[in-house]
Amino acid sequence: MGNFAANEGLSIFVILVWLGINVFLFVYFYLAFLIERYYYTRVILGHALSWARAPAACLNFNCMLILLPVCRNLLSFLRGSIQYCSRTAARQLDRNLTFHKLVAYMIAFHTAIHIIAHLFNFERFMDSQLMINSSYLPYVLSQMGNNDNRSYLNPIRTNETNPTIVMFTTIAGLTGVVITLALILIITSSMEVIRRSYFEVFWFTHHLFILFFIGLVLHGVGRIVRGQTLESVKVHNPDECHSQFETWGKNGTNCPEPVFAGNPPMTWKWVVGPMILYVCERLVRFYRSQQKVVITKVVMHPSKTLELQMKKKGFKMEVGQYVFIQCPSISQLEWHPFTLTSAPEEDHLSVHIRIVGDWTQALYTACGGDKTVVMDAWTLPKVAVDGPFGTASEDVFRYEVVMLVGAGIGVTPFASVLKSVWYKHVQENKNVFTKKIYFYWLCPETQAFEWFADLLQSLERQMMEKDMSDFLSYNIYLTRWKDAEAAHFRVQYEAEDDPITGLKQKTLYGKPNWDNEFSAIATQHPGSKVGVFLCGPMALATALGKQCFSHTESGTEFIFNKENF
Amino acid sequence: MGKIEWAMWANEQALAAGLIYATGGIVGVAGQFRGWQFACFGIAAGVFVCLLEYPRSKRGKGTSVERTGQYCFTVCVKAFGPLTRNYYVRAFLHAALCVPGGFMLATVLGCVCLGIGSLIYLSAAIHGEHWEPILPRREPPKRVGDSIKEPPQNPPPRPPPEHRRKKADKLEAAAYDNPMSVTVNE
Repeated sequence: MGNFAANEGLSIFVILVWLGINVFLFVYFYLAFLIERYYYTRVILGHALSWARAPAACLNFNCMLILLPVCRNLLSFLRGSIQYCSRTAARQLDRNLTFHKLVAYMIAFHTAIHIIAHLFNFERFMDSQLMINSSYLPYVLSQMGNNDNRSYLNPIRTNETNPTIVMFTTIAGLTGVVITLALILIITSSMEVIRRSYFEVFWFTHHLFILFFIGLVLHGVGRIVRGQTLESVKVHNPDECHSQFETWGKNGTNCPEPVFAGNPPMTWKWVVGPMILYVCERLVRFYRSQQKVVITKVVMHPSKTLELQMKKKGFKMEVGQYVFIQCPSISQLEWHPFTLTSAPEEDHLSVHIRIVGDWTQALYTACGGDKTVVMDAWTLPKVAVDGPFGTASEDVFRYEVVMLVGAGIGVTPFASVLKSVWYKHVQENKNVFTKKIYFYWLCPETQAFEWFADLLQSLERQMMEKDMSDFLSYNIYLTRWKDAEAAHFRVQYEAEDDPITGLKQKTLYGKPNWDNEFSAIATQHPGSKVGVFLCGPMALATALGKQCFSHTESGTEFIFNKENF
Repeated sequence: MGKIEWAMWANEQALAAGLIYATGGIVGVAGQFRGWQFACFGIAAGVFVCLLEYPRSKRGKGTSVERTGQYCFTVCVKAFGPLTRNYYVRAFLHAALCVPGGFMLATVLGCVCLGIGSLIYLSAAIHGEHWEPILPRREPPKRVGDSIKEPPQNPPPRPPPEHRRKKADKLEAAAYDNPMSVTVNE
């Protein structure tokens, strides 16, 4: 239970605070339209007025929030400052995309309520223009302001129209349609199926948010929400005067005609700050993309993996961070994230890129992947790098005992960690807090081992030389194999080096028995905090999360960190 | 990630549009708005579009992800053959269904969304896509009984000869024990 609180407590707290603010704003603004000033508006509209204004306030709040989690440079900066105070707080910033989606769903929800309430509002405004009867208060109210253009109550000024036409001829209506359509298109193209299969459609359609925010700011400019002016309420009290509507303003009454005005637009006050922050964010990204990056080495690994080594002036990174890479010759607009596989101690930055789609395939061709002759440095394509951005792996060295679990290509952040470990211990001999690393690599195919095997082999050699072979304990699990391969493994069973990786530690087959592994580690290291780091699929995350909860007992605490791209 | 299959996005858009159309219709009927007949049509059209669009099509390339419980819908939609297979038909059907929605405010949003969905379907049709049902793969039933009756035809697989030879210095580790003692022919 304590571990659950350690892992999830702050997230749940943040969500509860956010929901609480939403509820508060909803109720507050609902009640704010039940006051005297809006008495006559409510005569026509009833409570539909409040039902429209309350979600509007929540929409202001959520539209303010939605831009913030995607300002990744701002988040990196915050993360750097926060992590000196609290590791847990800094880790919340990893969940920015989850928060962005939650806020988006809330925006969709409130938009639905807002639109339905306005459907009723339009209908009731129309009704009160059509029920031509001077003994009918809504009709009388709708006729006010016919002489001048300013003091009307009912935004529908004539009875020879219909709500649809009114919607398209008012600023509020037109901007409302535009932003709702933008929102719907953004949401349908952000569905996981589309996002994971055709990222470009998702990314380009998402830029409709620019239209969304422009429309949002302009939405209230027409001042269509109208109520009595404060001066008018002083001289014309609705509670007393509403029944005498047939004699307003005539000689002898103490009820002059009420004067109405519209509310000024408020949304801009909520969203202008985040909009400016986001513009700054894009400018920072653009500036960084203009910095010169030189590709110093290109390595083709057999498992359709391309390694790029690059140099960029002034580039500083920490273990397990990722960068966004753009190649203008392939696409001006696409930036793709890749984990850094180099260690901070090295003088270059490297990424290992799996060739799965258009963009990676084009990069492979541009870097001369299909040519056998050596390419000159100047023929390599120009690339731009934005980053580095922080992920949970930075916390690895803050734990005494660490479990690293990587599935398939998910091992890449840990490549950086292991290299850094090697540099720290072996070359620089610093007093490193981390005393023991357990490394688990789950892989479905043998070919993926190739590039990583080199790293592990050199680490193994170095550690044997320095007499530190029990610092790193690694377990490689092959989770899928063909029958022909199986025969070969059986045959090589007695060989000294592993037939697949060439390492001294043998490859294990199948999936690990996590229960045993966690129990063994808990027994080996009583009373310490063990950091568990995973880069892999959701199913594995759930399994490991459960193991962390169940094995955290007297003394040994397993703290789970997950990253996913 | 290859070229986009427009039908996938059109499907999401049309499904969302169906829901919006139906919701707008329900509001129009429940609030007894002017033109509630269009709202009734909106409900019917919205529900129909949702039923038609719920089963996802099989992708041309890559793995298809089904929606929960879509199998019965797949069977129904498949029964209409070329009418549901062809995306031109769908595009024109959606365009026709969306028009009455434009006559009433409550259904206007559904109308526009469905219209956009129809345009994306038209794009899909022009790119030559069509709807394929996702059917569960029928594995050949495992025949357990037969092989027991027949004796094996081939000897069991053994490692190649060089590995079968017991190494002289690893006799104790040798995995293969003879049932009776081996003596040299004398």
